[in-house]
Amino acid sequence: MALLEVKNLTKVFGGLRAVSDVTFHVNQGEIMGLIGPNGSGKTTIFNCINNYYPITSGDVIFKGNSIKGMKTHTICHLGIGRTFQVVKPLSRMTVLDNVTASAFCRINIIRDAREEALGILEFCGLIDQKDKLAKSLPIGGRKRLEIARALATKPELLLLDETAAGLNPSELDEAIELIKKIRDGGITVLIVEHIMKVIMTISDRIHAINFGQTIAEGTPEEVANNPAVIEAYLGEAYAQC
Amino acid sequence: MGKNLAYIILGVIAVVFPLVVTSDYYLHLVIIALMWVIIGSAWNLLAGYTGQVSFGHAMFFGIGAYTAGIFVTKLEISAWWGMAFGGVVAMLIGLFVGWVCFRLRGPYFALATLAGGEIFRLIATNWEELTDGMVGILIIQTFTSKLPYYYIALALAFLSIYVIHLVMKSKWGYYFVSIREDQDAAESLGINTTLYKNISLLISSFFTGMAGAFYMNYMAFIDPHVVFSLHYISIMAILVGIVGGVATIMGPAVGAFIMVGLQETFRSAFFGLAPAWTSEAHALVFGLLVIFVILFLPNGVVGDWQKIRRNVFRIGTSSS
Repeated sequence: MALLEVKNLTKVFGGLRAVSDVTFHVNQGEIMGLIGPNGSGKTTIFNCINNYYPITSGDVIFKGNSIKGMKTHTICHLGIGRTFQVVKPLSRMTVLDNVTASAFCRINIIRDAREEALGILEFCGLIDQKDKLAKSLPIGGRKRLEIARALATKPELLLLDETAAGLNPSELDEAIELIKKIRDGGITVLIVEHIMKVIMTISDRIHAINFGQTIAEGTPEEVANNPAVIEAYLGEAYAQC
Repeated sequence: MGKNLAYIILGVIAVVFPLVVTSDYYLHLVIIALMWVIIGSAWNLLAGYTGQVSFGHAMFFGIGAYTAGIFVTKLEISAWWGMAFGGVVAMLIGLFVGWVCFRLRGPYFALATLAGGEIFRLIATNWEELTDGMVGILIIQTFTSKLPYYYIALALAFLSIYVIHLVMKSKWGYYFVSIREDQDAAESLGINTTLYKNISLLISSFFTGMAGAFYMNYMAFIDPHVVFSLHYISIMAILVGIVGGVATIMGPAVGAFIMVGLQETFRSAFFGLAPAWTSEAHALVFGLLVIFVILFLPNGVVGDWQKIRRNVFRIGTSSS
């Protein structure tokens, strides 16, 4: 069953069609990858899904109901969590307080919210840093904190926006493990990623876009061998041979 | 434990203070400082914790004061009713201000509140049927002694600090600070930022309005230029918060006593010891003070207390 359906999504900024008529769906329990060269509109699609930007035309359907035009915080309560590509830690709060604040999304009692937050920090491997200020974390920690915070809102669908960018190789492997663990915990994942090692190993299906338009969709192998994708990434010359 | 003991000692001192110091002059200063504790704490909740810096808290203060005053002149009931309703009316105004101003962020919000304060000053000046305009409102004080006012101010100051302390330890507190740190992140974490900014503003305007109503009762005279003053109320609220320490519970309380002390020192030209022209210099000194605090104590006296202690200690050892 499709958990999330994006139908004919179009987003126009002035004269720029950032996203043009993109349609795809995310099945319950899978990891769906969204790839495309720089500036192809991946993050814009995320921002349209949780109505960070209003949609120009098209529709976004979550669990059978349209969420188009709903407030960002309402969409979070419905069960869509997200991380930001440019991390947005709540700098002058401790790591634990960052996650506790998001746990209040589902839990109203302070002690329970802290308990939940501690569990999530353990899960994300941040438990040792819980009393540090968020601004003192290195980039790897901040990316994890983004994920931990999104998880604390108990989402059914998690939108991960380049959570592996800027990580070193060992951190990368840990990130892949973490994302798999999240999926195994029953959370559906839609992931935007540039690092092919990550996206090709973890995705069940991949949707590729360029210039805001769909160019391919399928399993990682299908997409990797698709001429349009190769052309978009490597240029026309490589696509033909 | 040590901290609790300190609070208990502070509480005992506060309660017995007027019994020991019977001078009306010093009692008056402390009453005014306690009133500023309320306003400073209220401002700090909105600006320090929630990150929505207001340059217009005089608007809530003035509304509270005028509510109490108008209760006497137009409804002919006791101004003490204003103590209960001053805060409520200020809250209603806060609801409107929030509806308009929270569409703006950061410095634009600050400017909108600045304009709001001036608008209410002009309304109070010109709507003479209701407010008697520049003539102001004069009522008769209930008590001739300052003692009852002292204890009322003390109770209100304690109440405002305690309520804000409780709020900051709750879910709301987490939400307020999240909004200050990153409004977009907060929104994506399921926080209805507009709602919680308004809640913060409503609590803040309630206490500020209550302080205004207390001022009416205590001073027995108000006019628009006093209670809606940008300089003496709105800016003073910011100074109390910044000097004492933004986003600390006790900061505004400490800031209130420092600022009222400084203001009085200059107003009285160093208690009559310095030439009279020094009383004109207070605006200049306040400006220098703000520069000093922002450069060297960005977290205020309370927030940077460890830093102050360390430096004072170092000076002490190096000179010996």
